[in-house]
Amino acid sequence: MNKIYFILLQLVFFMAAAPLLSGLITKIKNSLRLRKGQSIWQPYYNLSKLFLKEEVVSDTASWIFQAAPFVVLGSTLCAALLIPVFIFYTPLNYLGDLLALIFILALGRFFLALAALDTGSSFGGLGSSREMFISSLVEPALCLVVFSISLRSGSTSLAAFGAVSGVQASSIIAGAALFLIALAETARIPVDNQETHLELTMVHEAMVLEYSGRPLALIEMAAYVKQTIFFLLIAQIVFPVGLPVSGSLAEIVFWSSWYLGRLVIVAAIVAVVEVSVAKMRLFRVADFLGFAFVLGIIASICAILGV
Amino acid sequence: MLNLFPKQFFLFDPLAVFFLSVIFIVSLPSAVYSFSYLKGEYSPAKIILAWFLLIIFVLSMAAVVTAANALIFLIVWEIMSLVSYFLVVFDTAHDKSIQAGAIYIIMTHIGTAFLIAAFMIMYQYAQAFDFLAIKEACRSMPLQVRNIVFLLLLIGFGTKAGIVPLHIWLPYAHPQAPSHISSLMSGVMIKTAIYGIIRFVIFILGVNSSWWGILVLILALISCLVGVIYALMEHDLKKLLAYHSVENIGIILLGVGLAMFFISLNLPYLAVFSLIAGLYHLVNHAIFKGLLFLCAGSVYKATGTRDIEKLGGLIKKMPQTALYFLIGAMAISALPPLNGFVSEWLTLQAFFLGAFQVAGGTKLFLGVCASLLALTSGLAAACFVKAFGVTFLALPRSNYARSAQEVPLSMRAGMFFLALLAVIFGLLAAWIIKLLAKITGSVTGIDISSMKFSLNNFILSPQAGQGVYLSTPWLALALIALGIAGLVVYRLTGRKKAVMLNTWDCGYYKLNARNEYTATAFSKPFRIAFSFFLLPYRKTQKVRESFYHVKSFTYETHTTPVFRKYIYQPLVGLVIRAAKFMRRIQPGSIHLYLAYIFATVLLLIIFMPKF
Repeated sequence: MNKIYFILLQLVFFMAAAPLLSGLITKIKNSLRLRKGQSIWQPYYNLSKLFLKEEVVSDTASWIFQAAPFVVLGSTLCAALLIPVFIFYTPLNYLGDLLALIFILALGRFFLALAALDTGSSFGGLGSSREMFISSLVEPALCLVVFSISLRSGSTSLAAFGAVSGVQASSIIAGAALFLIALAETARIPVDNQETHLELTMVHEAMVLEYSGRPLALIEMAAYVKQTIFFLLIAQIVFPVGLPVSGSLAEIVFWSSWYLGRLVIVAAIVAVVEVSVAKMRLFRVADFLGFAFVLGIIASICAILGV
Repeated sequence: MLNLFPKQFFLFDPLAVFFLSVIFIVSLPSAVYSFSYLKGEYSPAKIILAWFLLIIFVLSMAAVVTAANALIFLIVWEIMSLVSYFLVVFDTAHDKSIQAGAIYIIMTHIGTAFLIAAFMIMYQYAQAFDFLAIKEACRSMPLQVRNIVFLLLLIGFGTKAGIVPLHIWLPYAHPQAPSHISSLMSGVMIKTAIYGIIRFVIFILGVNSSWWGILVLILALISCLVGVIYALMEHDLKKLLAYHSVENIGIILLGVGLAMFFISLNLPYLAVFSLIAGLYHLVNHAIFKGLLFLCAGSVYKATGTRDIEKLGGLIKKMPQTALYFLIGAMAISALPPLNGFVSEWLTLQAFFLGAFQVAGGTKLFLGVCASLLALTSGLAAACFVKAFGVTFLALPRSNYARSAQEVPLSMRAGMFFLALLAVIFGLLAAWIIKLLAKITGSVTGIDISSMKFSLNNFILSPQAGQGVYLSTPWLALALIALGIAGLVVYRLTGRKKAVMLNTWDCGYYKLNARNEYTATAFSKPFRIAFSFFLLPYRKTQKVRESFYHVKSFTYETHTTPVFRKYIYQPLVGLVIRAAKFMRRIQPGSIHLYLAYIFATVLLLIIFMPKF
């Protein structure tokens, strides 16, 4: 019974906090550009607006288009449940490990890419092709990051990963590699740009172009959750949280606030990167992710050497 | 004295029974499928011939995996190759069939030649062809000879399995056969080569040099990547699937190669675990590749074309075939909770577990291998988004696709059975692993009674001590529950019904199928990223009416077939030149021929006493 509470609590955490993280990044970006910008709560307004809006479905589309938002949301939330969020507890450890996490996220992406092709729009095909291109190049780098962190924790288990404390050179390099991967996976500059609807630059936005109303809200929610998953993983690698020693209230409050604080740090770094670099050409993404791959190898070497 | 007569003809040990069941799991639905598939496609006499060949083909494969004697093995192996040759050239109306058949029969016989050489060497030590006798004799075989036998076996079986660079025949031969035969060839026949490697290298020869495993691993990785990259460029649906067979044979061999590596390092638990991963992927690939070829056959039957650029929108015309293809595509792309996911996860785990145990640079080697496997699965997912999306989604691109209809019951039944198996083999993973553990235990001669690979019948656990688990049934449940939760939210919040309208066309009046993304466009980023290997080139041609007016313009883009151009064509050229040179001794003069005979007799008289 206890377990179900934890599962629900974790779901609520993700659904509630994930859009805020996006709002925060936008806020920091706008502050850096010396703009007033939108409110930090804007993603919530957007979601509630989408929930009230009318839904338009292309008459070319099949059931794949209609089913995809639920598959995307379901798989992303399922991945979110595998992550150790509340310091010491992974509610669904029996479900899978770090490697399974990669494949679960791939399930949602697969359906979204199919849905993009389903409407027969050139934009959809463009987004779908680019998304699969980027994600397939992400895969080896991500695998090496998982490899290097599991060399440290001794297994691919997420519970063991959550219990690792202390930072080594290997974890910082792995965190850097995962940061590059996260930029690619969460549609951020320099790989993709969330703020524009220009066909030359779009990836994620092109894929979901035909969605509107509630299905779009579900997909957007899934994208926020996915982003939080990646940021949590980076935070756990680079700023690990130790197990509470005494279990006193003060300690729990301290660790919990550090827990959320480190997410803010990752978000701030993403914002700084986004305002300071330019979007790169699609075919240079291969070099970008190749760099992440090399970082993954270096992280693995460091982990093997034990530093 | 030659000791040719076998003591034992057939052997039904766990490994043989496992392969027998794989053969029959795919043969049964393929046979059911062929009832309707053959009807209307061929004349009644040819249909009878097809059934006859199918039965002999299946029986010969069954005999290959149960033979207990190397001579019998070679005989049934040859029957299998010949029957499959006749099936490749079954569509004699197509020129392509004859060409594909020729490439196939030459390559398969080159492979068999290497096998015969290996068996001859083994015979020198055993003085018998019985497997058990050879196994005994191999213990006293010198290391150099073992290495040579291993290489001969690897080339021989590698040709049949389609390991790069010996894969050249596979993308020609498999698609050219009737579809139910393609499913058998890709699903099962190439697996008999894996059987050969496991039987002869691991079981009979015994692995004691670690470079054997490393060599197999490297070849397997090359096969994985080359197979999937070529598949991405391919727009013939069945050829695309054939290239994926090259890729998946690579994944299977990763498991087998790892097992060989760990046996030589004396790590029994890991050896058993890796071989389980390999065998699991083997049966999974048989299921989903069989399924995908049957689906491709349905598409071909319904539309008359295999070119996916001419298809599209079939999900509305053929909803069931589309669903089965989707299941197959998800399974081959290793998406949870289907069977392909489980075996790829197991293979990755085998790499990781190995890396935790071995020392130093080998750790990095295994890690990099694992990451390249991850790249392969990412590319495979991209390829199947292309294959499914372009074939089944959006608007039909030609009249072939517009007039398509759902295929008859027996074809759907065959596909349904395999699709169901793809789901079952995903969900019952923990239970199936227990069976596979017994098989691998008997092959490797390792005692498995103290090894545990699962927590219970639902949860896999290769690293029980470290708390690593995977539970596909629970994962499926969680995915469905969360998806339904999304659906409930969707239903509860909806006030208005969805409106059906045209796809947004930027104000351009009426989008049609010409505006859709094509398979070529879809794979363009990959063509550019892998251009160092694919060497793409363009052909443009302008037809001018006058200097000022271009009447028509053709534009083609191709990739260079690297292996054919740089390995096989020079090789074939060499053979032809050698043959032309040798022709000088055959000038047509009867006197010269008599002189040859005389010289031969003379030589025999001189050298005969030496034997």
